[in-house]
Amino acid sequence: MSIPTYKTEALKSWNKAKEIRNDFYKRYQNAHENGGLRWAGGAWSFGAIPCGLGRDIFPITGEPYAAGIAFNKEFSLRCLEATERKGYARDLCAYMRTYWGSIILDEYLYGGKFPKPDFMWQDHVCCSHSKWYQVASELEGGIPTYSIDVAVGPYNSVTESKIDYIVAQMQDGIEWLKKTTGREYNDDLLIEAVNNECRATSAWAEICMYNMAKPAPLDEKTMYSLYVLGTLEKHSKIVADYYEELRDEVKWRVENGISATKHERCRLISDTQPPWGFLDVFRYLEGFGAVSVGSLYTFGLIGVWEDKPDGTWGPRTTPAQKGIKIETREQALRILADWNLSKPEWQHFYSPHLKSDMMIKICQQWQVDGVLLHYNRGCEGLSLGIAENRLALIEAGYPVMAFEGNMGDEREFDATKTMSRIDSFMETLGMKLINQ
Amino acid sequence: MITQFRDWDLNRHAYAKEWKERTGGKVMGYFCTYVPEEILYAANILPVRILGSHEQNDVTEPHIFGMFCPFCRDCLAQGLKGRYDYLDGIMIAQSCLHIRQAYTSWTKHIPIDFQYYLPMPNNVQSPHATPYLTAEYIQFKEAVEKWIGKEITPDDLQRGIDIMNENRSLIHEIYNYKKMDNPPLSGEESMEVAITQQMVDKREHSVAMRKLLDEIAAGGKSTKNTSGTRLMILGSENDDIPFVRMVESVNGTVVTDDHCIGTRYFWNNVEPGEDLITSIAQRYIDRPACPSKDWIERTRIPHILSIAKEFGVKGAIVIQQKFCDPHELDIPAIIKSLNANDIKTLFLEFDVTVPLGQFKIRVEAFLEMLQEDDLF
Repeated sequence: MSIPTYKTEALKSWNKAKEIRNDFYKRYQNAHENGGLRWAGGAWSFGAIPCGLGRDIFPITGEPYAAGIAFNKEFSLRCLEATERKGYARDLCAYMRTYWGSIILDEYLYGGKFPKPDFMWQDHVCCSHSKWYQVASELEGGIPTYSIDVAVGPYNSVTESKIDYIVAQMQDGIEWLKKTTGREYNDDLLIEAVNNECRATSAWAEICMYNMAKPAPLDEKTMYSLYVLGTLEKHSKIVADYYEELRDEVKWRVENGISATKHERCRLISDTQPPWGFLDVFRYLEGFGAVSVGSLYTFGLIGVWEDKPDGTWGPRTTPAQKGIKIETREQALRILADWNLSKPEWQHFYSPHLKSDMMIKICQQWQVDGVLLHYNRGCEGLSLGIAENRLALIEAGYPVMAFEGNMGDEREFDATKTMSRIDSFMETLGMKLINQ
Repeated sequence: MITQFRDWDLNRHAYAKEWKERTGGKVMGYFCTYVPEEILYAANILPVRILGSHEQNDVTEPHIFGMFCPFCRDCLAQGLKGRYDYLDGIMIAQSCLHIRQAYTSWTKHIPIDFQYYLPMPNNVQSPHATPYLTAEYIQFKEAVEKWIGKEITPDDLQRGIDIMNENRSLIHEIYNYKKMDNPPLSGEESMEVAITQQMVDKREHSVAMRKLLDEIAAGGKSTKNTSGTRLMILGSENDDIPFVRMVESVNGTVVTDDHCIGTRYFWNNVEPGEDLITSIAQRYIDRPACPSKDWIERTRIPHILSIAKEFGVKGAIVIQQKFCDPHELDIPAIIKSLNANDIKTLFLEFDVTVPLGQFKIRVEAFLEMLQEDDLF
């Protein structure tokens, strides 16, 4: 069997992505220098809402911050152990434990002391979400905290009363923000942020669509460094603009046959967060000519999608693309709630079968040969129902390799055993290491 | 005094089958105590909580990843083994992610006539939770009506509320006796009463509780020693009667609890209001919170401290089902508060099977420590 060889080249916009990420953490750290405010919350929180307080409001999102720490194994271990010494269980969310550890140690990954937020702004779909910031607030000596419950069931059962519930909490949240910060609230800034969020999260889905091409223009390891911007500030103009620039570049790569990897002869998808300290797993796969073209996680954690009339999956049409002009606070909040409720990674919280259907759709549409399922001990939310996903994928005819690990606690990941499992899985797919 | 309750507990499936035959009614299996049983009683449906069997689990590995709590896997195992084959419907009220998996796997692999996922709000501290839950209950009621082919009238709802309220009030009376020195019931015995609340027709259960209360009022007393060190048990779901029996065999007396089999389940009644559905919703919003819903304020801690004081608790055994994230998130703060209020704690991690021998040594050491306090 001849081994296909493709042109590859680095992403032109790669350095810009790194710059945006680094600036994000610096802006948060230095917010107070110019009278700005800091807030902390989850990557899924409604970050567009605090934008109404002004242009000098800077967030830090817990999950990507902790994922960054996970890559620094020495600091990661110290954070995890600091949290354990406070009496918290080792099997709790690894991001949460890492984040708390950084507070307890009073060390910021990017240098200096951990910058205390002025308020915490969270939402809640996973059992750990609001509790994360409840404890973080206690550890920081009592930071004002607000959280919005979004667990109203899957998008296919959305009703007006469900949206009402979320929007009412958002409206209260705005009053709470005003009272907590002593600032006035600007609806125009909110509307701008909501439009940016829709633009950014739809553009990310469009980028993922280009990976249907053979060869894939992006591999998942690269995508991790790109989707992360959406987990930082999905509502920001910087991220929305960048994703549109990236989309154009990825389109150009497809048109010019630029591949993510030199050899692509086997297309895979993964699931859940990877073990961040061991991303070389993906490089190892490349040795077989196997490329992970994405996952429901990279596509749908931040990307917002919809079913198209022909039954395929595609980027959700933004309000602006539909010609809708957002004019009021209430309208902006309703759109924000509805938009987020359709997020693919929120659906499986109610049923693994919805997730299985989406995964099978990805397998079909992205022409996937096999699936790597990370049974992730570090995230109860995204590992929820994963065993049922495995059964459904097998039933649908897709070979599945399950491996156990932890996205943020390297003590629970066995790299050697995982590589050896990959060897066996590749063998079942008829693949051998190319250099052999 | 508690023979009837023990018999129901040991023969829960036989009871439900017999109930079905006797009444011709439907039986609804449910996960999590946030399910509004008032609506089910209004529809003449018997609600039965799905519980585990405390046996080694050998059937759920393909369905639920092993990092989720043993209780949810034990519950699913009962379904997969056909032990709840008499159920007509299955439902869950949204609480923790763990138990949700038992429900979602059940609905896929065990054929059943009716299934319902009720999105119980998590932000029970929001003023918007009650109107939202009311809307969800209306939708649920309509689904039940469609299923049974009959309208649920306001009179039916009132009957459902009365059945539930009466049952809760009676068990409060029983628990009140546990505030006494040398209470007439042991912890094991009151747990038998509490656990059977969740599997027996409340009307029959209330009759049995009234009889028990009469016996106590007439001077009836447990044959067990109830003069041991006064303990509270709290934490994750716990229906482990042999554990409580062991604790009481070494001179501890469990006088109260904060468990969803126990006080969290029955603590508050539906208060009459203008609209019955709203009143039911308000009851479930106001009930002592499951940790998965106890944010942003920690309401559980003052509640637990208040119960501990009311029942004269000397020490607390904090129980956590292995991998139970919601309780893992509360336990450090609860232990800190209990200790700060001179209530010593013993933390134990539970699995479906409990290592009674090892736990006995730890419980004995704990009791010895508490008894030394009395000495000095």
